[in-house]
Amino acid sequence: MKARVFVTLKPSVFDPQGRAIVEALHTLGYDKATDVRQGKYFLLDLDVATPAEAETMAAEISDRVLANPVIERFEIHVDADATPAGVVK
Amino acid sequence: MAALAFDEATLDRHGVTREEYERIVSLMGREPNLTELGLFSVMWSEHCSYKSSRVHLKTLPTEGKRVVQGPGENAGAVDIGDGLAAVFKIESHNHPSFIEPYQGAATGVGGIIRDIFTMGARPIALLNSLRFGAIESPQTRRIVDGVVRGIGGYGNSIGIPTIGGEVMFDERYAGNPLVNVFCLGIARQDEIVKGAATGVGNAIYYVGAKTGRDGIHGATMASAEFDEKSAEKRPAVQVGDPFMEKLLLEACLEVMQTDACVGVQDMGAAGLTCSTCETGARGGVGVEIDVAKVPQRESGMTPYEIMLSESQERMLLIVKRGREKEVEAIFEKWDLHAVHIGEVTADDKLRVKHNGVVVAEVPNLGLTDEAPVYRRPYADLPGRIAGNALKAADLKPLPSATDALMTLLGSANIASKRWIYRQYDHMVRGNTFALTGLTAGVVRVKGTPRALAMSADGNGRYCELDPRQGAKLAVAEAARNVACAGGQPIGATNCLNFGNPQRPEIMWQLAEAVAGIGEACRALDTPITGGNVSLYNETEGRAILPTPVIGVVGVIENADRVTTRVFPSAGLDVVLLGDGLGELGGSEYLKTVHGLIKGEAPKLDLAREKALHEWLYTSIAAGLLKSAHDCSDGGLAVTLAECCFDSGGIGVDVTVPAAASDGGVDLTAATLFGESASRAVVSVAPGDTAAVLAAATTLGVPAKKIGVTGGSAIAIAIDGKGGVIEVSVADAEARWSTGLSKWFGPKDQG
Amino acid sequence: MRFAVIVFPGSNCDHEAQYTTETVLGQDVSMVWHKETSIGPADAVILPGGFSHGDYLRTGAIARFSPVMGAVKAFAEKGGPVLGICNGFQILQESGLLPGAMLRNSDLRFHCEFVHVRVEQNDTPFTRLCTPGQVLKVPISHGEGNFFAAPDVIADLEKNRRIVFRYVTASGDVTDAANPNGSLASIAGVCSAQRNVVGLMPHPERACDPRLGSEEGLILFRSVIDQFASTDAMQAV
Repeated sequence: MKARVFVTLKPSVFDPQGRAIVEALHTLGYDKATDVRQGKYFLLDLDVATPAEAETMAAEISDRVLANPVIERFEIHVDADATPAGVVK
Repeated sequence: MAALAFDEATLDRHGVTREEYERIVSLMGREPNLTELGLFSVMWSEHCSYKSSRVHLKTLPTEGKRVVQGPGENAGAVDIGDGLAAVFKIESHNHPSFIEPYQGAATGVGGIIRDIFTMGARPIALLNSLRFGAIESPQTRRIVDGVVRGIGGYGNSIGIPTIGGEVMFDERYAGNPLVNVFCLGIARQDEIVKGAATGVGNAIYYVGAKTGRDGIHGATMASAEFDEKSAEKRPAVQVGDPFMEKLLLEACLEVMQTDACVGVQDMGAAGLTCSTCETGARGGVGVEIDVAKVPQRESGMTPYEIMLSESQERMLLIVKRGREKEVEAIFEKWDLHAVHIGEVTADDKLRVKHNGVVVAEVPNLGLTDEAPVYRRPYADLPGRIAGNALKAADLKPLPSATDALMTLLGSANIASKRWIYRQYDHMVRGNTFALTGLTAGVVRVKGTPRALAMSADGNGRYCELDPRQGAKLAVAEAARNVACAGGQPIGATNCLNFGNPQRPEIMWQLAEAVAGIGEACRALDTPITGGNVSLYNETEGRAILPTPVIGVVGVIENADRVTTRVFPSAGLDVVLLGDGLGELGGSEYLKTVHGLIKGEAPKLDLAREKALHEWLYTSIAAGLLKSAHDCSDGGLAVTLAECCFDSGGIGVDVTVPAAASDGGVDLTAATLFGESASRAVVSVAPGDTAAVLAAATTLGVPAKKIGVTGGSAIAIAIDGKGGVIEVSVADAEARWSTGLSKWFGPKDQG
Repeated sequence: MRFAVIVFPGSNCDHEAQYTTETVLGQDVSMVWHKETSIGPADAVILPGGFSHGDYLRTGAIARFSPVMGAVKAFAEKGGPVLGICNGFQILQESGLLPGAMLRNSDLRFHCEFVHVRVEQNDTPFTRLCTPGQVLKVPISHGEGNFFAAPDVIADLEKNRRIVFRYVTASGDVTDAANPNGSLASIAGVCSAQRNVVGLMPHPERACDPRLGSEEGLILFRSVIDQFASTDAMQAV
């Protein structure tokens, strides 16, 4: 099973990288980009049989290792074949 | 004879000429297969074989009573006393830094560090010499940002301090940034490990990162010019992993403390190919490996790919038969997996197997010593010198001298580089005895009373005007910087950065520069112990300024006697050493204020330069100098101003002698901003001035007290004329502090 | 006394920590590899600076799982003095032995430079020889030293006097300009609720010799040596 984990800074935490990116987008003319938050994306290959097991394991892994709960939050997506949505270059 | 096995396009992609191919066939006694062609293509590339430069490099002085290891190994070494050696070298990573600035610079740092610890030396200092296009260009700034982050990212993580360097901007480097990195380490002389395979039956071990498809044909890329398709070459750039290299460094040094290895070599350019055939060639033996045993990061890699890969952070070790388990255990402790991939054999071949089947077999010496040696034709361009003549009519009227000084102080080349070096950890390991930015790089040698001073310097403008002279001046400047910190120069390393050597005028620049380096190194007693050549630094036919960069290392016998450029207090006497001849040729003033690179490079009396160095380090050792700063870019006025900076606002009040000549231009400009060589500004306690002047006279160094430190202004008069330069230290320092940082965003001020 | 300096893969400043305590201050030092499950006989523990595990994932995030951390925690629980310097501080945060987390420096750049810190509390093992409000010139060298904690955590730290060091000007004032990395409340270092575990981002072990630019970091080590000497003297052996 594949699990995708997105880790971002909590909304209450200031994200200077995200801000730097927004400023760059504005100088390029993307005024309609009002906010950017930068995070990390983890693609986990888990040798378990069901999506439920994958979700449980991914949540544990995210909580213990991938995210620092003081400053980060995470969300998990489990697919049998987790290809990211949208165009990938 | 027709090339039967390969078409022209294939040879071209491999950077192999028709003549070179025929030479390969004659060496092998048959045509090579594709894998074998690949081996030759990387080993005979300019970057690995030095085929265009070898005949000239052979003329350099490489011997001396302090030389422990000269050129030919992974790095050179000089005796620094107590049975210790300083192991050092400078290397370039120019082309990759244009394509991917962060990783290009980072892997450059990684590569030179490996060259040092592969000799059994613990690296303790890094310097870098960087050149970029005009700072006004956003693309240039993007490259600067990436390179600086890359150097910091790698050096900081692996825990080796970056203690100094130089940065220079000129539009001639726009498409071809130069990233030259210098590393120095310490080893016991009797524990230096060489890169030779010996002992038939000894085991060949691979350790470090897994091999991937990174950098395949990196060596050939470094040997080719850039064109519009360069952006497509991105896949050839390697990604560095400083954590892996830290583990390798610690583990290898631990292994080398046992005597289980007879030879060690890092895998840099041309990776596994280079490390195997070079260790075999040096040891006069054969090397046989099975690439199926090489740890691989990607699936389906062919022997060709495995041999040519330039994946970073990999080492080759030749381990004594019977000691394999011991070596494996030490690497396991560091969570590294050392893999037995082959043996030393009795023949003279590099034999590559894949799952037991021989896929390539080439004579070691064929790949190394028998690489072609080119005597490329060289000639100066007719009319070039006349075309560079400086005429008064070329110049706009001089703005006020104070305005000119402020313009120079605020220009990127002269301004404070603190914005850059603040991003480098320059203190790790607790040895940095001179705060970075205040003098040459200085690190103490723990366990001894000594410190080492080091500097990397070059000047592309002088070399553009006169490559031989410019190269001599680069050696002199690096040694002078070392002497100003209190070090006696004892050895040097060179990095030659030039354009396309197939053009006679470029080859001429290289030949002349090497001649100049040789002359200066002989006179100053700083033999060349190793170095690097980077050619084809051109974009669409326009070459960089010819830029030989010299790294000089010196010994400070008493680590308590390190001197910086900063006036430590008011009420000191200011003494000027040397003569100002009013030479504006190739000067920073001429370029920054008038937009010109013209005239003649400054003269250089090497005997007098050497006497100045001796006076500097002996006076510092005797505790007679409170500060010392050499005159270079920007001339005397800039030098005097810089002595006031970082002092807490201490000013200077001096009357300088008019230059001997007005340089055909303007006497005030020539006096204040001329870049005559062999000069320095020092501060001395008034009670010591007489002794200091007497010592200078004894050594034949012109010396004159020109004024005092104190007040809060930089006040410079010329002979009878007062108030030529009058500016507050605060204003001047503010301009200087922000001259570079202002280009990088408001958060980065100060 | 005996210091145990924990060495993780990627630690760099273990070297300076050993040099300062052993060579400069003449104490016994054990270098303890991260795979050990015991720290051996130790009177104080130092988690040194560097880039453990390359700072991959997050600074200190992987090191906190090292076998040796069990022994470090046990030592801390018994009240043993523990000093976390730079990456060591980050490892203690990830381990839950100290509060908060580190973000990237606010200007997104690595900073290696001398700063001044004010000693806010002198009732920790590492500050007992300091006077409250004493200003120390020490170097920083980090890219991720921007201290963050939720507002209630910060309030708690202030209330319980657990902020041990703050970034200040040379004359001891808290200003934005004196804060090199954007840390909340200009926090440069904190202590545990029991006050025996102290973490700080600056490098006191690098400020041990005037030739290096400052020797004002020595007082942190002299403080814990002093504490050991006085408890040692008080105990009948």
